[in-house]
Amino acid sequence: MFADPAVWLPFVFAALMGLSILIYVVLDGFDLGVGVLFPFATDAEKDRMVAAIGPFWDANETWLVLAVGLLLVAFPQAHGDILTALYLPVAVMLIGLILRGVAFEFRAKAAARWKKTWNHAFFAGSLMTSLSQGFMLGLYIMGLEWTLPHVAFALMTAVFLTVGYSFIGATWIIHKTDGVLQLAALQWAKGGIWGLVLGIGAISLATPLVSPRIFEKWFSWPEALWLAPLPLASGLIVLWLWSLLRKMPFAGDRRSWLPFALATALWTLAFGGMAYSFYPYVVPNKLTIYEAASSPESLMIILYGTLIVLPTILAYTVLAYTVFRGKATELSYE
Amino acid sequence: MDTLILSRIQFGANISFHILFPTITIALGWVLFYFKVAFTWTKDDRWMEAYRFWVKVFALSFAMGVVSGITMSFQFGTNWPGFMETVGNIAGPLLAYEVLTAFFLEAVFLGIMLFGAGRVPNWAHTGATFLVAFGTTMSAFWIIVLNSWMHTPQGFEMRDGVAHATDWWAIVFNPSMPYRLTHMILASFLTVSFLIAGISAYRWIIGGQTRGVRVALKSAVFGAALLIPVQIFVGDMHGLNTLEHQPQKVAAMEANWETAGNVPLVLFAIPDEETRSNRVEIAIPNGASLILRHKADGVVPGLNDFVTPEGDVLHPPVAPVFYGFRVMVGIGMLMLLVSWTVAFTMLRRKPGSKERRGVEGLPRWMLYGLVAMSFSGWVATLAGWYVTEIGRQPWLVDGVLTTRMAVADVPAPMVLSTLIGYLAVYGLLIVAYLGAIFYLARKASKGGTGPVVPGARLEGMGVAAE
Ligand code: HDD
Ligand code: HEM
Ligand code: HEM
Repeated sequence: MFADPAVWLPFVFAALMGLSILIYVVLDGFDLGVGVLFPFATDAEKDRMVAAIGPFWDANETWLVLAVGLLLVAFPQAHGDILTALYLPVAVMLIGLILRGVAFEFRAKAAARWKKTWNHAFFAGSLMTSLSQGFMLGLYIMGLEWTLPHVAFALMTAVFLTVGYSFIGATWIIHKTDGVLQLAALQWAKGGIWGLVLGIGAISLATPLVSPRIFEKWFSWPEALWLAPLPLASGLIVLWLWSLLRKMPFAGDRRSWLPFALATALWTLAFGGMAYSFYPYVVPNKLTIYEAASSPESLMIILYGTLIVLPTILAYTVLAYTVFRGKATELSYE
Repeated sequence: MDTLILSRIQFGANISFHILFPTITIALGWVLFYFKVAFTWTKDDRWMEAYRFWVKVFALSFAMGVVSGITMSFQFGTNWPGFMETVGNIAGPLLAYEVLTAFFLEAVFLGIMLFGAGRVPNWAHTGATFLVAFGTTMSAFWIIVLNSWMHTPQGFEMRDGVAHATDWWAIVFNPSMPYRLTHMILASFLTVSFLIAGISAYRWIIGGQTRGVRVALKSAVFGAALLIPVQIFVGDMHGLNTLEHQPQKVAAMEANWETAGNVPLVLFAIPDEETRSNRVEIAIPNGASLILRHKADGVVPGLNDFVTPEGDVLHPPVAPVFYGFRVMVGIGMLMLLVSWTVAFTMLRRKPGSKERRGVEGLPRWMLYGLVAMSFSGWVATLAGWYVTEIGRQPWLVDGVLTTRMAVADVPAPMVLSTLIGYLAVYGLLIVAYLGAIFYLARKASKGGTGPVVPGARLEGMGVAAE
């Protein structure tokens, strides 16, 4: 069955799109989270927090452009359906992204008396973006329908995703800073982890209840076996994170990267579960990836390019993170 | 107002805002690369001084370009789903290549260009600057390919109302692409030249008369003086190309109603679509025929040819295209006048000496003139795009898809609310952007470092060099 390009191409593109969304929620997740944590930090700490994400945020955000681009090019039919249904939250997110992106620059370049205002804009933009993305996630799970219970659920996921982002943001700060700020970030992370657990739990409970199809997939034998490792592994990671955060920081700043790595693993598992549940639908319960896909010739053209370019992109992304490895304070003193 | 008109206003507002910043970053990237290379070559610190100031403007403009660009990529889905559903097989790969080959390149190396100077060797930093400049140019290339294809589509066939690509070479190298791309890239270089000249003149006036300012001002004025004739020539070629493929657009640009020979060049008029004639008209006899056909009696298409017997109007609205064209060409002529006057003044020798007058020899009023022209490139670019895009109406993809067919089925009040949101944000940001540029100029002229912020971003060679 997979010999036919009309079958495997949509699958490959769904996988690529999933990959870029995952990379996006981890990477932009941490820098959005840093923005959401802004009010908890002192002015000097704010500067260090921005320094910890400054060289990366633009490239991080590009994964969103790639994800929506792939949706647009590979599944044009679904692209219209999804984005018109999410018209308002998308607009809120875009305005949030605008405020946040420019605040990065303005807070360092405009006259000093405006700096507070831009710090507020940075926080507000990060918050708007996180909340609206969480809202869209919830509405998507609920099948993109604007009914009261669905909106209520989406409001809940909005809060949870925001907490989740600030959690991963806190783990990034643990890795990129030291001293008082690192200790503060450890506290933030300890608070955030419970929001994350609640969020993943709520989504996992709601998803099968909304869709009989997903219920079927989760709770029928032997399919359930496929899924079982996900909650188990997630539970173990949460426990590990919890005990780790209580003991950190270690002497010589050892393993300061570990919480971020574990958080990433947790996201990946949660995301994998979602992807497994929704497959093969791109618009939940309405449109499968096979029905929504562009013509195979066009997908082929993009695939060639992607296969060449994607490894290159990954390589220079790694390069950038290598060039800017180490604690963020160093940025200002060379 | 209905969803269609609101969506059009919203799209127009968003793209107009977006294009302002790529117009700056496309050329400024190369200018920075030039400063950097000149520094590496001559070891003369004035180049680095210029680099350090303009890289700040670049970073600011880039951020504005990125965030407004992200808005653009969502617009297709939220407001124009019919576009991708009909021509997605062609537009999709072009947009995908833009993201893959351009956006990641510039976004990743921007970090190294802005913050990496102290972390990587000098050649690598220069290389990162090159890659960022190259990336912005690639962005422009892919998006202009798509836009040009929408004006002069070819290399595809329609199956069940959906366009399928048959010849990618023909799609990419569609007839208007080379002209539009060249004209746009030159527009970017001119915009940046006048921006650098204007801001440097401002710094010179308020007392920041350093060697870095002088070299930036000189480079910018001579650059503009060299490029503007080329731009006028390319613009003319572009117009001839349009005449061939979209005669109705040229008819609207010239406000010419009847197809005829010996058509005059209308310098100014008030076109009136009710009476289908021009009210006031100042014109040069045979001018349009001469420019477009290179013969006094050359036949120039008229708007009335594009009205069906049933009365359906198939040509674009005349007034905005007509005025937009005059604004663009008018600014082009002004740029010629200003850049040549200033360049010749700088090249003149001091009385009784072999030395050229240079920047010191410029009279005050010329410096003020340059300041006034700082953002003239923006005006010309916007005017030009309005001619191009409004001139394509009622089509979205010429002869394939009308704008009306592509619009989303979103309630009008919803579009209105987002439109108001965007306009408010854009209004604030433009003010903040202009304010920040002039603030940076004042700060640099005072020689002060301004607020030193621990952990703040460092451009160029880092804090020590500030
Ligand atoms: C600094 C900016 C600038 C300047 C000085 C000029 N232009 Fe321009 N023009 C543009 C910036 C621009 C632009 C914004 O870049 C456009 C919009 C689309 C395009 O390809 O270029 C454009 C479009 C455009 C078009 C419309 C093409 C079409 O889509 O059918 C024509 C005919 C010209 N130009 C001709 C000219 C002439 C004869 C000029 C002589 C002074 C001139 N332009 C100066
Ligand atoms: C290069 C990429 C571009 C693409 C793919 C593109 C595409 C479109 C689309 C989809 C529309 C909406 C339909 C419509 O209202 O007609 C439009 C209209 C418009 N565009 Fe562009 N555009 C591009 C560049 C630009 C630029 C750079 C500008 C200028 C600043 C511009 C100005 C406008 C305006 C003013 C309209 C509204 C025209 C009208 O409705 O009468 N466009 N274009
Ligand atoms: C409908 C049309 C357009 C869309 C969807 C679009 C989309 C985007 C996006 C998403 C970005 C951000 C990239 C990043 O994350 O780094 C961007 C930046 C950019 N765009 Fe556009 N764009 C459009 C029109 C144009 C036009 C007409 C031009 C120029 C001719 C242009 C040139 C650029 C350039 C040079 C950049 C990178 C530099 C910068 O951010 O200033 N774009 N665009």
